Amino acid sequence: MGRWLIRRSAQAAVTLVVAVMLMFLLMRAAPGDPLSRLSGDRPLSSREIAVLRARYGLDQPLLHQLGAFLKGLLRGDLGVSIEYGRPVTQLLAERLPASLLLGGTVLLVNFSVGLWLGSRQALRRGSAEDRWLTVLSLIGFATPSFWLGLVLAWLVGVHWRLLPPAGMHSPLLDPASGALANATDLLRHLILPALTLSLVSIAATMRYQRGAMLEALRFPYIVTARAKGLPEGRVIWKHAWRNAVFPVITLFGLWLPVLVAGSVFVESVFAWPGLGSLAAAAVGNRDYPLLMGASLLASSLVVLGSLLTDLAYAFLDPRVRLS
Amino acid sequence: MTPALETLHRAWQNPRGRAGALVLVAVAAAALLAPPLLPDPLAQPDLLNGVNLPPGLGHPFGTDQLSRDVFARVVSGGRISLAVAVLAMALSITLGAAIGLIAGYWGGATDIVLMRLVDGALAVPRLFLLLLVLAVWERVPIGVLILLIGTTGWFATSRLVRGEVLRLREEAYIHAAEALGAPRRRIIFRHLLPNTLGLLLVAATLGVGEVILLEAGLSFLGLGIHPPTPSWGGMILEAKEVLVTAPWVGVFPGLAIVVTVLSADLLGDALRDSIDLWRA
Repeated sequence: MGRWLIRRSAQAAVTLVVAVMLMFLLMRAAPGDPLSRLSGDRPLSSREIAVLRARYGLDQPLLHQLGAFLKGLLRGDLGVSIEYGRPVTQLLAERLPASLLLGGTVLLVNFSVGLWLGSRQALRRGSAEDRWLTVLSLIGFATPSFWLGLVLAWLVGVHWRLLPPAGMHSPLLDPASGALANATDLLRHLILPALTLSLVSIAATMRYQRGAMLEALRFPYIVTARAKGLPEGRVIWKHAWRNAVFPVITLFGLWLPVLVAGSVFVESVFAWPGLGSLAAAAVGNRDYPLLMGASLLASSLVVLGSLLTDLAYAFLDPRVRLS
Repeated sequence: MTPALETLHRAWQNPRGRAGALVLVAVAAAALLAPPLLPDPLAQPDLLNGVNLPPGLGHPFGTDQLSRDVFARVVSGGRISLAVAVLAMALSITLGAAIGLIAGYWGGATDIVLMRLVDGALAVPRLFLLLLVLAVWERVPIGVLILLIGTTGWFATSRLVRGEVLRLREEAYIHAAEALGAPRRRIIFRHLLPNTLGLLLVAATLGVGEVILLEAGLSFLGLGIHPPTPSWGGMILEAKEVLVTAPWVGVFPGLAIVVTVLSADLLGDALRDSIDLWRA
């Protein structure tokens, strides 16, 4: 286990280094440099441009810039945001909790509702319910999250006035009005963005669980359990489900990138103060140190997620760590 | 029948696959053929009293805040979205097949280096890869957009193809061809590539849906297709201003995306099922 752990962690580190270099080179692949978009209301004089280029190190050769960036990264320094004039790491740290709350809620919904619906589908394979659930989840999968978000914000938030269409806290709510009122307010703001993100992503969990459950039901031990005369509910949930739910863990690592990308759209549509809306704003402001920082954090989350998934899998299934 | 044809035939037998294929063909035909018959999607015929008209006889999807016909814009936006998706997908599939074949067949150091690169590339969500390039770009030309989407879409395909090649490499007929002294080129193009075609077909069909969503998202962020050229994502961005007063301006381009992507996914699923059947 120890050697496997070291090897897998080293592999994750290599992946992350390759990813960082790729991101850096991609950003510099576009014509011109970030300053060409920075002039704003008045054109900068050539002297101003030269000073700014020197300040951001853009007058250095590309490899030198990459070296400086990597050095800063090792010290935990991601540079200063052009738009906000504050360290990128500080901005990211402020926005992380809101994104974790939204992403965590979506994962929880997908893994509970998705597992339940997927199992139901497997048990009623070929029925009308199975077919309809497949088509409905695929419709969700084919729907652009930003469009669904706008439609829900308009319909539920503005037209029916059932839930707040944007933000994370009501501006009118007195912060001193007690923990319960604040929590209810937060929950009401959370429902629409979480629902949007779940609807567009739950298809994967359902499909995976359906397949895993069908597979588990074919094993000889199911026949044995039935032959022993166990009640059908016990056969399904104690024997089949417990084995079927296990491979679904891998989906966690697989779907993290999708959630991260989806949150860019959903958070900006619902003005949710997380990393996604920060990244979208960085794109709008051409704030490229901030965009780089957000992309880096997104990639680290993806690499970490896949590492944790493998760890969990190896912990639960000895066959993985022995091979 | 060749394996690829056989795969298509079986997918056609599947009702969901057939429905997906038919709708996809209808959308493509409308996007290709209909624009000359429709009002000019850029024209603003009645700016003084024809803005934000609800759907009706003259304008089946209504008009937008500049009095442009939403139906005409959805159709010609489809032409652009589909063209971007198909061309970018063709590029991704070609790159994915080439790199997967090289990594799988050459093996050794080539394989290790290529797959480490693919790991790194897959760690960055594709949206962020594109945001990083496009954020600095003033107005990206559509050809460059296709090139960028295409070159960021081959990583997963190359892994799939590599896996398949590793499996095929141990088949008796490949060993036989090698023993007969067939050159690498012949083994790759005559024996390995045709056997990965079904896999590539599935990846391409499912990938078209993914790229349509991706391009719409980029255009929605103001980074893909730029106005006044209509695109589905760009139209939804413009419709944000009139979301409450004229919801149809944004609802129809979104529905067009859902219908097209859903059809591609249904067809892709049917193709995958038919390959699994054929292999079993």
